Amino acid sequence: MRRSALAGALLVGFVAVWAWVASWGSVDDLTLASPGQTWHALRANRSLLLDNAWVTLYEVLLGLAISIVAGAAFALAMHLSRPLRDAAYPLLVASQAVPIVVLAPIFVLAFDYGIGPKLAIVALICFFPITVNVLDGLRSVDPEQLKLMRSFGASRLRTLRSLELPAALPSFFSGLRVAATVSVIGAVFGEWAGADRGLGRLVLMDNNQLATPRAYAGIVLLTLMAVALFALAGLAERIACPWNHTPERTT
Amino acid sequence: MAMVEAAPAMEPSSSGEGPSVRLQGVERSFGALTALAGLDLDVGSGEVLGVVGPSGCGKSTLLELVGGLQDPAGGTVVVEGVTGARERRAACAYMPQRDGLLPWRDALGNAALALECQGVGRAKARARALPLFERFGLADFEHSRPAQLSGGMRQRVAFMRTLLPGRPVLLLDEPFAALDAITRAEMQSWLADALAAEPRTVVLVTHDVEEALFLADRVAVMSARPGRVVAELDVPLPRPRDRRAAVTDPVLAELRRRALEALR
Repeated sequence: MRRSALAGALLVGFVAVWAWVASWGSVDDLTLASPGQTWHALRANRSLLLDNAWVTLYEVLLGLAISIVAGAAFALAMHLSRPLRDAAYPLLVASQAVPIVVLAPIFVLAFDYGIGPKLAIVALICFFPITVNVLDGLRSVDPEQLKLMRSFGASRLRTLRSLELPAALPSFFSGLRVAATVSVIGAVFGEWAGADRGLGRLVLMDNNQLATPRAYAGIVLLTLMAVALFALAGLAERIACPWNHTPERTT
Repeated sequence: MAMVEAAPAMEPSSSGEGPSVRLQGVERSFGALTALAGLDLDVGSGEVLGVVGPSGCGKSTLLELVGGLQDPAGGTVVVEGVTGARERRAACAYMPQRDGLLPWRDALGNAALALECQGVGRAKARARALPLFERFGLADFEHSRPAQLSGGMRQRVAFMRTLLPGRPVLLLDEPFAALDAITRAEMQSWLADALAAEPRTVVLVTHDVEEALFLADRVAVMSARPGRVVAELDVPLPRPRDRRAAVTDPVLAELRRRALEALR
């Protein structure tokens, strides 16, 4: 309760500073829209913004889904095969070092203007945190526990199912939370490289046409989208891993 | 306490056929470190052997060698007539110092885990674990997660998990070391009763001489590294023993003196 009150106060403070800076005479309305103007733009363009937000959300969710499936499968393969892990880890890091902004136009050339390049970019950005976290989770299992499973006569598959996969679940959700926040950025990059719909494209267009308040409205929606996805991933973790949250008994 | 009907598969081989566990000239080293050098030890069928020794004397290594989790560099380890690591694993049930309960499984699921690992179906394994909860004083805690249980309760769940596959040899690695003194004393009495009702060949490793003398038929004292058996003390008192009587028993007092002497 106190925490959310503090978060609310910080938000109000941020908006207040924003409004104050926007009120300076030296700040051009075309550079910085005030909170009031942004709010007005949000209401006035509600249906246009929402239509485009759905497009972007769709790209984000589909891209995230691809990265979850691919990332978890890749982490599992790397966990089960030592040679693959040694060989693929540098590639995995390299995949993250590639400047996505530069890659986006190339993807558009390769996949055309459709949803393809957006999905590829979102998936590429989200793949790394998910893969690394799932792999870490799988590998962080206590060696004593593994020894115990061996003493029970457990098969490799049984150990994976009963011990390693559940143990890696909280790490997977940590990765998913990171992925959820960056996924929206990925979709925006994808749309900037070439798109005819979407919130990212709308913001870019509004910038060029000096429709600053609407651009700010779009940015607010994109931010809300990322925050909501982050919160959803946290909620999913609480539901899927209740043991991580039960209070310890003291006696 | 009644017998555990859930575990009829393997009983300790009847007495007179030689020891249940036999180690002869066992050597084991880790790099330049010699953990065990020429260790000889027999454990009779249905006998409770306590193993005490200073920290790092290779007590845990000894258990893992018996339990088929390691192989000796020299000498032989025979458990219930078999020597292969896999066969030894199948004859032993191992209980670690930390309970090793899985936090996402409830107590019943944890108790059933070893059975499931042997290929018993989930529902069947849980059904076989269920009657033990009443017997071991954990009725109504079947669906609690480990985090909701006290240290003593968790060790009891771990012990059920060890017992359920019905393996003839139990290997207990300092099972109560992580508990507070009062709970530890309670758990020792509890284990004494449980073993009386559920006779198995037991190797109990501990650093606590009192615990070994209270629970075991015989106590092997190990030397500091490289570990070997420097004394074997028979405890000529019937089990289970009464804790209050054990504190003042002159026989136990003398054995305690000799054990501490050997440890020096």
